[in-house]
Amino acid sequence: MDNELAIVARGLRKAYGKNVAVAGVDLEVRQGEVFALLGPNGAGKTTTVEILEGYRRRDAGEVSVLDSDPAAPAANWRNRIGIVLQGVGEFDELSVSELVHHFAGFYADADDPEKVIARVGLADKARARTHTLSGGQKRRLDVALGIIGRPELLFLDEPTTGFDPEARREFWQLIRDLAAAGTTIVLTTHYLDEAEALADRVGVIAGGRLIEVAAPEDLGNRQQAHATVSWRTPEGRTESTESATPTELVTELAARFGGEVPGLTVTRPTLEDIYLQMIGHR
Amino acid sequence: MTTTLKPATAARAASRQPGPLALALRQGRLELTQFLRSRESVVFTMGFPIIMILIFAAIFDGEIAPGVSFPQYFITGMIAAGLMTVSFQNLGIWIPIERDRGVLKRYRGTPMPKWVYFAGKVIMVVVVGVIETALLLAVSVAVFDLQLPGTATKWLTFGWVSVLGITACTLCGIAISSLARTARSGSAVVTPVALILQFTSGVFFVFTQLPTWMQQVAALFPLKWMCQGLRSVFLPDTFAGQEPGGSYELGRVALVLAAWCVIGLLLCLGTFRWTTRRDG
Repeated sequence: MDNELAIVARGLRKAYGKNVAVAGVDLEVRQGEVFALLGPNGAGKTTTVEILEGYRRRDAGEVSVLDSDPAAPAANWRNRIGIVLQGVGEFDELSVSELVHHFAGFYADADDPEKVIARVGLADKARARTHTLSGGQKRRLDVALGIIGRPELLFLDEPTTGFDPEARREFWQLIRDLAAAGTTIVLTTHYLDEAEALADRVGVIAGGRLIEVAAPEDLGNRQQAHATVSWRTPEGRTESTESATPTELVTELAARFGGEVPGLTVTRPTLEDIYLQMIGHR
Repeated sequence: MTTTLKPATAARAASRQPGPLALALRQGRLELTQFLRSRESVVFTMGFPIIMILIFAAIFDGEIAPGVSFPQYFITGMIAAGLMTVSFQNLGIWIPIERDRGVLKRYRGTPMPKWVYFAGKVIMVVVVGVIETALLLAVSVAVFDLQLPGTATKWLTFGWVSVLGITACTLCGIAISSLARTARSGSAVVTPVALILQFTSGVFFVFTQLPTWMQQVAALFPLKWMCQGLRSVFLPDTFAGQEPGGSYELGRVALVLAAWCVIGLLLCLGTFRWTTRRDG
């Protein structure tokens, strides 16, 4: 088995009764990379991740996560992974500090709880009971509990849902810091800008299959996609043309207008356009 | 298969991993903190048997047998019902709530060994059970001159009946928690079971005054035997003749309670769910 790979899955399948949630996923995540899993609700994202996390049994296929089968992991395995769950339990009667300290005690090589609390931006809430936290602050607490064990591999399930834009930026920086320190990160998200900002590679899952894996800028042959060139005609109409050679078109337009082209824009499809097109094909 | 475990990590793991006892005690402290901070569970769990015995003492003030006052008889039922409340009802109601909220799922995602969760619950139940029983006895002694057991043997019996009883009820409470599909259905599952057992096991009535068939049904479950064992502690030996078997049958008490510990443990191991059904 390749040591460079944190996760290897081959032919992963899972059905709930007649409903096939995961229909043969092949997936490789390299050590130290940030891998984003994108997909609409019900595409099999969560099921796939929960099989990798050891929460669910697979029906078929081979899986290796940090060289262990998550269904029968090595003794030390859970010490090496961190999980940030989606909308998960509250310990109403405990404070942030008590909870993080308690979870630190489960790990062989836990980080300093106070440091982790500060890192997720909850230092001034350390003594607050968890039920008094806002939605975004609860997510930060989820993250703190996910990273307290200093994981080699961190799973994040839609981590920034409910964050305001500033909190998201701070959170992204936290993820970048973790990645820079060598943590492998598997992230599921609905936000394409988040995948684009954080991920080294993006996997798009739809209908229980991984339909493409690529760097965000290459997804769906985005680099090769035709650009749309728009400008305003002398009559005041806006004209648009798709072109494989936009530079040539712009040069030609510049010659036609004798210099500045009024209302000129050159755009390529956004990751969101590509993504919607990809899952729309299903 | 190669291993990626770095030697340095392994060395740290060996040095910093808390021992099993430390893990269990920490978990017990966390459970106890959570319990004591939720005021309504403290008041209702701890206060219920005390309020019940005060009501009973106010309603009945005669003697059941020469030298055996009503409160002296019913204290045994209240102790047993109290132990059952802190263990069986408490866990049967709380574990489904924790499961529904994802608390159990979160624990499963950590290196915490599964048994530590149960150990934490057991420690919480035992501590709360001891405090609650002590309060109940203190109030009873103060308010209606309850006679505490007079010999070391009786205290010893008090001890082992309580320990076996609370263990059986704890295990059954954990087992029954898996029947509830949602957080809200926990109390719907547990409360009728507890009430029916209390009415048929001699908590609220003198056991021998119940219909024989009801006595026989109750004898299948632990609560009846907890009450009977406790009667041997709080009632005079002369009262033993009024028991259904003509004696307190302590051997059988131990046997039935131990059997329920085994049944409860097997049910726990076989049926416990860490996630809700809709979670898969």
